[in-house]
Amino acid sequence: MHNTEYLRDEIIRISGANPAKCMRCGKCSATCPAYDEMEYHPHQFVNMVECGDIEPLLNSESLYMCLSCFACIERCPRGVEPAKFVEAVRLTAIRQQGANRLTADNVPPIVDEDTPQQLLVSAFRKYTK
Amino acid sequence: MQVNEYKPLIVAFCCNWCSYAGADLAGNNRLSYPADVKIIRVPCSCRVNPMFILRAFQRGADGVIICGCHPGDCHYTSGNYYTRRRMAALFSMLDFLGIERERTRLEWVSAAEGAKFAATMNDFVETVTALGENKRLEDLRCKK
Amino acid sequence: MQRVGVFVCWCGSNIAGTVDVHAVAEALKNEPGVVFSTDYQYMCSQAGQDMIKAAVKEHNLTGIVVCSCSPRMHEATFRKTAAAAGLNPYMVEIANIREQCSWVHKDILTGTEKAIILGKAAVAKVNLNAPLTPGESPVTKRALVIGGGIAGIQTALDIADAGFEVDIVEKKPTIGGKMAQLDKTFPTLDCAACILTPKMVDVAQNEKIRIFSYSEVTDVKGFVGNFDVTIKKNARFVKEDICTGCGACVEKCPMKKIPNEFNLGMDNRTAIYIPFAQAVPKVATIDPNACNMLKKGKCGICAKVCTAGAIDYTQKDEYIEEKYGAIVVATGFNPISMDKFDEFAYSQSKDVITSLEFERLTNAAGPSAGKLLRPSDGKHPHTIVFVQCVGSRCEACAEKGKEYCSKICCMYTAKHAMLTRDKYPDTEVYVFYIDVRTPGKNFDEFYRRAVEEYGVKYIKGMVGKVTPEGDKLKVQASDLLSNKQLHIDADLVVLAAAIEPDKSARPLATMLTASMDTNDFFTEAHPKLRPVESPTAGVFLSGACQGPKDIPETVSQAGAAASKVIGLLAKDKLTGNPCVASSNELMCNGCSSCANVCPYGAITYADKEFRMPDRTTRIRRVAEVNPAVCQGCGACTVACPSGAMDLKGFANLQIMAEVDAICK
Repeated sequence: MHNTEYLRDEIIRISGANPAKCMRCGKCSATCPAYDEMEYHPHQFVNMVECGDIEPLLNSESLYMCLSCFACIERCPRGVEPAKFVEAVRLTAIRQQGANRLTADNVPPIVDEDTPQQLLVSAFRKYTK
Repeated sequence: MQVNEYKPLIVAFCCNWCSYAGADLAGNNRLSYPADVKIIRVPCSCRVNPMFILRAFQRGADGVIICGCHPGDCHYTSGNYYTRRRMAALFSMLDFLGIERERTRLEWVSAAEGAKFAATMNDFVETVTALGENKRLEDLRCKK
Repeated sequence: MQRVGVFVCWCGSNIAGTVDVHAVAEALKNEPGVVFSTDYQYMCSQAGQDMIKAAVKEHNLTGIVVCSCSPRMHEATFRKTAAAAGLNPYMVEIANIREQCSWVHKDILTGTEKAIILGKAAVAKVNLNAPLTPGESPVTKRALVIGGGIAGIQTALDIADAGFEVDIVEKKPTIGGKMAQLDKTFPTLDCAACILTPKMVDVAQNEKIRIFSYSEVTDVKGFVGNFDVTIKKNARFVKEDICTGCGACVEKCPMKKIPNEFNLGMDNRTAIYIPFAQAVPKVATIDPNACNMLKKGKCGICAKVCTAGAIDYTQKDEYIEEKYGAIVVATGFNPISMDKFDEFAYSQSKDVITSLEFERLTNAAGPSAGKLLRPSDGKHPHTIVFVQCVGSRCEACAEKGKEYCSKICCMYTAKHAMLTRDKYPDTEVYVFYIDVRTPGKNFDEFYRRAVEEYGVKYIKGMVGKVTPEGDKLKVQASDLLSNKQLHIDADLVVLAAAIEPDKSARPLATMLTASMDTNDFFTEAHPKLRPVESPTAGVFLSGACQGPKDIPETVSQAGAAASKVIGLLAKDKLTGNPCVASSNELMCNGCSSCANVCPYGAITYADKEFRMPDRTTRIRRVAEVNPAVCQGCGACTVACPSGAMDLKGFANLQIMAEVDAICK
């Protein structure tokens, strides 16, 4: 199972954050505006990264539900920075697949007139390699 | 037994409250370390004047180790912090003068750490033995 | 040159087993200064000590070297022996040939060789020993307690009980501190006022205790047993000895809209005020920032209504100088400011309050006369959310919170929740917690009772956001155990704010040269073994100024501090450690290097007149060490660039001689 460990260390390295600092207060999940959309909530992200339980995270839709609003980073009393783990796992998923979450073909059906250009740009930046 | 087996000469400065008591504890527990280590008792590691260390090297000591209380545990509140800063400067200067960095050491040994004291001394003696005699700063005029 | 006698102990076989004691005694005979050398089975025994005494007489010895066990073991014994033989006790040196030689070296050859070298080092040192006499200083038999909360009150009462005079300095107009503001106390739920106010009265009536209220310490000089303290008595514009505390002035004062500090600004007081009914001293105080007479010279009603004639608008701050033998710091704590915790909407809504405010809200003498009503509209709250650890255990936001656990919040929140459910069973009470920490006698039982008997809903998780909406507070929180995000419409949100040391503690620590940690809590001399003493001799710690504490702990620490003070004041004279630093004034250049490193503030400077070779005189600034304050660490001796500073008993030359002896 050395791959688990490698993945875990890699996520921690990419994120630059330290899951061991978490004191399980749950303020990240309390503050998360996308909580209901996420299968794994911010506090679970931290815990699962710490335990090396990365595989389910990689396959979870939660990665793309995180708004990257960084409220969890702002509010965390211990400076754990949960959003950085979400970001790191997302990057790992995209890099692993070598495929992009969002391709140009996906876009037209989900776009309507109110969608700002900037959203698309940032979505491409976030969901593609 | 080999007659001219090299035996280093090591001076240890131990603070009265922690390290000297740690050395005593090593004795109480019969944890042996080489007899090459000779301990000088000082009230606090911050009493160790760099002059003492230079003098020891000048007189032919092969290694000098200073032991004090752990940071935050100093009997005099902050003495070991002074030691830490002073020794950092002194050791690097000695290194520059050719006294290898391994010949000087600063260790925190509490009164409860008899085992650590013995282990530290064993390790230090081994290190200094491997380096051999200190010739660099030894003043030949001090030789008989 | 000394006449040194060397005494080598066998310690039965403890030393003699691995060290050839005869050879050691023989070898040391030839050392400079040694006139007599012998060995004996048990040096520390009566026979051994008699042998030393006889040898001192017979050989006219001036110095003694005992090669035996650790000096930590028997140095004191042999010093007494020397004193009994008419020698100065500090003319004894011990060569530790047991713990640091015979017990750790197995080989008799190397053991003996090392023992000889250690003996030589001791002989070399004793040759340079000088007789030392410990200094003596008188003790002023009066104690100062800084802070008049429960910690200060208890300390003062205990010291006074032992027959010593105590002064309490309190910066507020009344003593009582935080405990006077509390409603009930955990875990027994007896009312705080019922157990505190009798103590306050005891203090007021105790002949041995003087209270300086509305006062602060502005200067501390001196050292253990002999502190010179300046106390600033702020002008309260009321003559304390005349005012009867009748309150007529308070009733008539036209300035009625001043936020009342005692009720944390939840109601108003007048410009002339008595903080609360049981205040001690029960004397009115005029707030100079609110009084029209003091600000504009118009009004003067209080002076007119005061039948005793106690009002004095011309009163000035008064400085009092007093001498004390011991100082107890009992400066206490404050809840931290909640202004920076935007997520809890503390500054947006009146219905988000701190626990101390809740305490006042439920207090019968509080702004709502003990009825639990919302501060915003005076309605009864039906859903109350308690949030724990607000600002405590907060590592990431140093500018907002504190890294430590505030210790008391778990218990008082359980108390608040329980009392609310008890008085108002129709109220839903939620407590959001990270961990419930209830170590203490009957503490966990108390918390479990809140859950099991009173139906308080404890939820493992933290509140992330509070949003005021209409007359509700929308609380968004996480429930970690059921892995849900909760949305609660609350009427009242109570924040368990972290506590921090009082702001006055830091400048006070500087005055006392007492050390503090990074959180501004006073540091104890030893975290386990000397928990109520500051490392600075004569300064003691009581209560939350040393760390977060609840009332039982504070009272026990207050008693412990008092007993330490009593132990000090019971002495007529203090005998110091003679191994202190001393400066050679001819070499000192007054550079202050030594004073800068001294952890005790023992070094001062004086301008002294020196005669120059050409018969002129010159005034130079030189260092002076106060032997009563110096603890003899020697930090200054190394810092001194001119080599003027030396440590008695561990002098530069002595240690150098030891180094020389060891390095052959």
